[in-house]
Parts: sequence; C-alpha cells; structure tokens
Amino acid sequence: MKDFTINKPQFLDFLNRLKDSFDIYGPSKTQKGFYDWTPIEQIDEFKIGDGIPKSSIKTFLFPQPETLFEFSTNSKDPAAYRLKEPDVKGKKTILFGVRPCDARSIVLNSMPYVEDVYFQKRLEQIFVFGLLCKEGCSTCFCNWVGGSPVGTDGMDVAAIDLENVYVLRAVSQKGEELLENAGLSEAKKEEKEAFNELVEKSSRQTQKDTSNILKSKDLFDLYNAPFWQELSDACINCGTCTFLCPTCYCFDIQDEVLKGKGRRIRYWDSCMFPLFTLHASGHNPRGDKLKRVRNRFMHKLKYFPDRFGPISCVGCGRCIKECPVSIDIRQVLRQMLEI
Amino acid sequence: MSTINQRIEQELIGVAKELLASKKVEALIGYKRGTMPMTMTPFVARSSEEAEKLCWNSFCVLNLANYLPQVLRSFEPPRRPNDPPPKGPLPKVGIVVTGCWSRNIVVQIQENQVERDRIVIIGISSRGMIDKKKVHERVGGKEVTNVEEEDNRLIVKGPGFSKEINRWDVIRDNCKSCIHPDPSIYDILIGDLKGDRQISNRFSQVEEIESKDIDERWQWFMDEISSCIRCYACRNACPLCYCPTCFVDDSRPQWVGKSKEQVDTALFHILRAYHCAGRCTDCGSCESACPMGIKMRILTKKLQKDVFELYGFEPGLNLDEPLPLSTYRLEDPQDFILTDIKMGDKK
Repeated sequence: MKDFTINKPQFLDFLNRLKDSFDIYGPSKTQKGFYDWTPIEQIDEFKIGDGIPKSSIKTFLFPQPETLFEFSTNSKDPAAYRLKEPDVKGKKTILFGVRPCDARSIVLNSMPYVEDVYFQKRLEQIFVFGLLCKEGCSTCFCNWVGGSPVGTDGMDVAAIDLENVYVLRAVSQKGEELLENAGLSEAKKEEKEAFNELVEKSSRQTQKDTSNILKSKDLFDLYNAPFWQELSDACINCGTCTFLCPTCYCFDIQDEVLKGKGRRIRYWDSCMFPLFTLHASGHNPRGDKLKRVRNRFMHKLKYFPDRFGPISCVGCGRCIKECPVSIDIRQVLRQMLEI
Repeated sequence: MSTINQRIEQELIGVAKELLASKKVEALIGYKRGTMPMTMTPFVARSSEEAEKLCWNSFCVLNLANYLPQVLRSFEPPRRPNDPPPKGPLPKVGIVVTGCWSRNIVVQIQENQVERDRIVIIGISSRGMIDKKKVHERVGGKEVTNVEEEDNRLIVKGPGFSKEINRWDVIRDNCKSCIHPDPSIYDILIGDLKGDRQISNRFSQVEEIESKDIDERWQWFMDEISSCIRCYACRNACPLCYCPTCFVDDSRPQWVGKSKEQVDTALFHILRAYHCAGRCTDCGSCESACPMGIKMRILTKKLQKDVFELYGFEPGLNLDEPLPLSTYRLEDPQDFILTDIKMGDKK
C-alpha cells in the first residue's frame, strides 16, 4: 500500500489545484460560530475543528430537495406533460475532513438505497477524504454501533493528522487513482508506521457492537417496553435529531408547479412529524407522540438491523448534542439492551 | 452548587410529592437532569416517588407551558376532534412556572386551551436562564464536559481546561430584557417574589435592527435564517403553536414549500412570528431550541414591541384583559392599516 504525505500549510493549495475538476467542501467555521460544510472558495484557513461539523454529509447524497423530474403544464409547449430527467450527475465532488462516523453512514444508507438511481449516481461522483479520529468527544459512541474511530468504511482516502503533516492512504480504487495522479510525495517510513500504530491502538480498544444483541431481542418486548412513555413525555417532536442524523433517510414527495413549469421533488421527512404516516383516509397509525418517538429508535436499533444487519446509527452524537430536551440515544440503546 | 437553586429544588420536590401523594394532581410537569451538561429534560412526574427526580437550575430553558395541554388531554377520555369536551371534574395537573411560562398559561386559558381549575401552578420567580451557546462561545467552542452552577458564577470544565464565568454574562438575551420575572398567576409560590425589574431599554435588540435601512434589514433577516434546516424546533418548543395542523404542514392548499429553498424558509419564519403577535411572552424557547443558532426571537420581540406601542398591552399579565388581536374596540389604533387613501398617497 502506498501512502502519501503532505505538509499542512500546503493542503489547502493541494485542494485548490483540484478545484477545476471538482467541487470541494470541507468543515469550516461559519458566521454563526460553528463548524459546517463549506465550499472551498470560502475557506481561507485550513483548520479542521474538534469533533464533527454541525450537519452530516447526507446533504451531498440526499439533497434537500432532490428534483426527481421536471415537466411543463403549458399545453402550447411541445414537450407539455412529458417528464424531463434532471441533471443529477453534475460535477465530481470532494468532501474532505470526513470523520469515520459520517463516512460509514454512506455504507449504511446505501443498503436501503441500493436501487435508488439518484443516490447511486451522486455516490459515483463523490470522493470522500476521511480523517481518522485520534480521540473522541464525550458524545461519540461509534464503537457501540459497529463503527470505529479509525474505520475507513465509505472513504476513498483516509488521512491521519500528524503534527505538521497529513498522511494520506487510499482505501478505494477511486481514491488510489486520485492520489497516484495528484503529484504528492510518498510518505516516509515513520509516517507510515504512525498511521499503522494509530489504527492498531484504536482497534485494540473494546468494540462492543450491539447489533447482534438487539437482533436477538423479541420485537414486541421492545415495542411494548415501559420506558417509551417517559422518553416521549419530554420530546417536542421537532426534526432536529432526524435532520442532523447522517443515517435518517426518510423522504416525502411533492409536485411544485408555478406558471406552467413544474418539478417533482423529494425532501427530507421526519418520523417525528405528525404528517409522516398520515394516510389519505385521515387515519394515522402513528397518531401520537409516543408512537413516533418509538419509531425513530425502533427503526434505527431494531427494524434496520433485523433487515440489513448493522444498526442504522453511526454514533456521531449529533442528536445528543443538539436535542433541545436532551434525549440521549445512548440511554435508549442501554434501555433496549436491558429488556 | 447554587444555594438558591438547591433551596428551590428541595422545596419543589416536597411540594410535588405532597400534591402527587394526596392525589391533588395526577401528574406534575417539571424538569429532570439531562445527560449533557447545561441541558435539562422536561419531565412529567406521575407519582410521589418520581417527584424525587425533579430538579431546578438555570438551564431550564424550554417553556413547560408547551407541555400542559397535551398532558391535560392525556387524562381525558378519548374523543374525536369534533366531539364536545368531557363533562364532570377531570384530573388535575401540576406545573412548575417562572414569569414568562405563567404568562403563557394565562394566554392558554384565554384561548381556551387550558382550564384554570384543572391546573395547580407552582410559581418560581426567575433569576434568568443561561444560554449555553454563550457559554460555548466563552470557552472558544471547546468541548464542555461539566458545568457547576453557583449562585453567581459558573465553573465550566472540559478536556484540559476549567473556566470561571460570571453567571449574568451568559444569561439569555430574552431574560436580560425581561421586566416580569415573577409568575403572574400561581397557586403555590416557592421562594420570594422579586417584583418588576428596571431595565433602561428592553427593546434595544429590536431597535438595533430597526435602525438599519430596508435592504440591510432584509439582508440581516436572510443571513440569520440561512442556516435553517426546517426542523421546526422553534415552532414545537413554543406554547403558542398548538394548531392541529400547522400552515407549513397543510398540503391542500399548500401555503409554503417544504424544502430548504430560501423563499420558503423566509415565509415560514415570517408567518410563524406573525402568528405570535400579541401572544408571545418572549420566553425564548424558540431560540434555545434552535440547533442552528438562529435568532428568530428578535422577530417576535419586534411584534411584542409593536403591540405594546399600539395597544399598551403585554400578554399574560392579567386573565381579565382580553388579547388585543382577538378583540375589537372602537378606539383601537388604525394608522398602521394601509387604506386606499394611504396607498394612493404613495403612488
């Protein structure tokens, strides 16, 4: 395996050189004072903050909104009422500074979206430059849910942060081709060793993937568990957790028509919202808050593992940090494991 | 630990246990500790044992009145939307309130969302609640793992640092500009009343925006909402937002687009604010709940200012004083209405 190295002050220049062929985004401090995904044109200083950016990378694969097709309702238009495919492909995009939790969300979301042409087309265009974690935040729990702070799932290039340099390692064919042709110098022996050492050190830490325990639980025991009441008492049913979550991928669809021009869009939906499962008949199988709150956790921690294997959570901790009422998915997970 | 909060907390737990044990209330809405520093979890105690979990500190930022109608409803027999309300005495619910929360309960009573005789209100005069975003700013955005609150200062700790912060420096903007910290309505009082606060200009934040020219104001607004993710935490944290179907959720007709397009986001924030005119008590729940740091509270504060200047009215101070925007009086001011003549003048 060939590793490359680049001095930190040159890293932004390196990315800027790729600007003609790629749209490039990285975590940068916004006007509001937090780190979030920012186009490279607006990044003056290359500084990846501690922890994760405010929003997840799902915006790039699952945009808010995604135009599914366009149409004209003007009968004089020769193409009236014909569906026009949108340009999904667009320019190739590099996301740099992606943490292992966020990168792994791509792998998890690809499972239900395996046949989704929009998601898959966007995925082809995206290059994930990951940055492995040397230490976690107090809200990180990737190793409870099958991830690792040094995991490279979903990445094309994995980087580690040594004091003055980044050591880059290709972890996919796409990444390999990109690095080989980028004119970078090869990593020194001790840099390679530092990379391997970080990976080994983190891998030695206890991994407690809880998906198998959850899969072994009886679905209705979990469904009827007593703790949902207290949990849902506090919930205000906003969409903060679902919209910041890298693995919440539910959507709703709507036609927007204005002055004879129309488009069908899909946009993020949240199981917290009362409209989420409202039927045309007026019946809503998840008509009250408890049922909606329960669905969020049951989907991630039970239905998804039962169907696809892993837990649909990467342990990034965004929902824990931002929940206005401090609902903590780690606590819910613990409670579910105790049932 | 703050001795003031400790005293309040102890007394609160005692009162709550008594109310629940004697079945004077079936449930009591308060706060329990959250798992994150500086974040509290609203909590419904249903037994005197559960009341032990109640706590009180300066991080109780969400307005508990928001939970009141739904907790009351949970003790009513199920009924369909158009059925009449159930007859006979129904179980009571207790609730912990500060000044602004109590004023919201007054509005809820006036708007027929809550019945006065079904609630037992435990009043606490507010010392102002803390804005955790301000605390994060003070420590340069570093991760905070522990915060100890004393009477007048906070000790904020994280990996490799410990910092002392003056409590008042990180109090929320709405609390700093609040003149009514005492509950306007209560059955049981914990601690003392403080009386109205003297503030030189409680609308200074609004006036700063008003002093900009129209383009700058629009720019300020668009910048402010640019990070909105349409999670509706502001709406859902608000005790005034109780419509069975919110205008943003309506699809026939569809009033506002559903995605993150700027024009839709702008429309959502403007309409949400207008719905609160003459009803908002500036409790700051919306701003505290926002994950993206949007200062949408300034919009409702502007409307609060307008209603105060036009009608001399502040919501929730007096149960017998009708809400100005749902009442008509001949002497109501009308000069803000754009009449044909005025519009003609402009041409």
